[in-house]
Amino acid sequence: MEKSTWTTKVGLAQMLKGGVIMDVVTPEQARIAEEAGAVAVMALERVPADIRAQGGVARMSDPELIVAIKEAVTIPVMAKARIGHFVEAQVLEALGIDYIDESEVLTPADEEHHINKHRFNIPFVCGCRDLGEGLRRVAEGAAMLRTKGEAGTGNVVEAVRHARAVYSEVRRLQSMNEDELFVYAKNIQAPYELVRQVAETGRLPVVNFAAGGIATPADAALMMQLGVDGVFVGSGIFKSGDPMKRARAIVEATTHYNDPKIIAEVSKGLGEAMVGISLEQLPAEQRMARRGW
Amino acid sequence: MLEGALRPPEQSMTVGVLALQGDVREHLEVLRRIGVAPVEVRLPQHLAAVDRLIIPGGESTTIGRLLYRYQLLEPLRARAGRDLAVWGTCAGAILLAREVLDAKQGGQPTIGIMEMTVRRNAYGSQLESFETPLMVPALGTPPLPGVFIRAPRIEAIGREVEVLARLPDGTIVAARQGRLLATTFHPELTDDDRMHRFFLEL
Repeated sequence: MEKSTWTTKVGLAQMLKGGVIMDVVTPEQARIAEEAGAVAVMALERVPADIRAQGGVARMSDPELIVAIKEAVTIPVMAKARIGHFVEAQVLEALGIDYIDESEVLTPADEEHHINKHRFNIPFVCGCRDLGEGLRRVAEGAAMLRTKGEAGTGNVVEAVRHARAVYSEVRRLQSMNEDELFVYAKNIQAPYELVRQVAETGRLPVVNFAAGGIATPADAALMMQLGVDGVFVGSGIFKSGDPMKRARAIVEATTHYNDPKIIAEVSKGLGEAMVGISLEQLPAEQRMARRGW
Repeated sequence: MLEGALRPPEQSMTVGVLALQGDVREHLEVLRRIGVAPVEVRLPQHLAAVDRLIIPGGESTTIGRLLYRYQLLEPLRARAGRDLAVWGTCAGAILLAREVLDAKQGGQPTIGIMEMTVRRNAYGSQLESFETPLMVPALGTPPLPGVFIRAPRIEAIGREVEVLARLPDGTIVAARQGRLLATTFHPELTDDDRMHRFFLEL
């Protein structure tokens, strides 16, 4: 019997496909998320919108809170470690949660190195803006990816940009010959073996969700139609007027993403969406997606 | 009660994969590899068109809620094991079980037609997920690769249920009741398609 193999790490992400992973900051929110049909919850102290509003250094959440959320639900629990902060990751692994998000939403702890995720038994999900960044994370041991988007804005534009970038690059790779693949791998700073694998299979080596700015059922379906395997919703649910109703609607729109009649039906009367931020109003230094190397 | 004798004599082969959430694509790909053209089942009209259904791995609470919300539970309960052969992998096995232990607080919707008791997430967190080869006499001598991910455990079975595979410690990991099949692991994540072929013969 072999535990924590690559197949089981990647496999849990495969089981999450077609689902919605929701940010929660209390055990009560976690139960609402589970009741609404979330496939997993992300346990954290502050949702990205509040991290943005309050500023300061954003760190791993209090283990007590993470454990309380873990005890409140039966679905998988994820939590965030700072980029490069491998001790926060060790702590999260010791808590026995199910997945670690090495996340740009928290303040990076290392401006050069990401966590060497191969050293861990627990699987990691990492953010990416394009194929090269995604494959670099996979080379470091990430068993799942998510496009970064721009967390805490309620604005889907960056999530769309990143998903389009990733999938158009996957499509381009498929038409390249071997000579071109060598150069392409060099240019996007990704390992050649992974680049060749993507070219041969026509898909990413691991599951890829969308994240960062998804606030409505139509946003979730948009990302699914662009090709992602599922969605993370951060501030979008519990910063809205009726979290349970909106959570359920986003879950249903993610399943029925190709059925506009169902998306229309579930989008009715959801109450107020979270207040969004236009990206033009967001100075470069406040862009979380730029964190990560 | 759910005997193979109820199977219609003219055995057709429209195979569906329940596509509400989970590792749907992996099942679709195995089926295509062995020459079946599967359909995705999300709504009652899709279900009406199939006579075999695979319920994939995923989150049983999520899939159960969507089964309930989109009126799939009643037609499934009416047909499963009779004119509809059903195979549940992992979450699918939970959804088939008559009794579910460690369910979500407040309970969770299931199909609940197979005479067995299943405990959710019985081995622990993701850190306890594992791979191990399985002896499955019904599939021949070579062991079947077993991938267990936050897996449930079949803790009790009724008299009509036949055990297909156990772990060395005796834990039941695959079982069959007439045209109902349950595995707590994921053959669809491996290259071995024998369990899929076995299901197509049910």
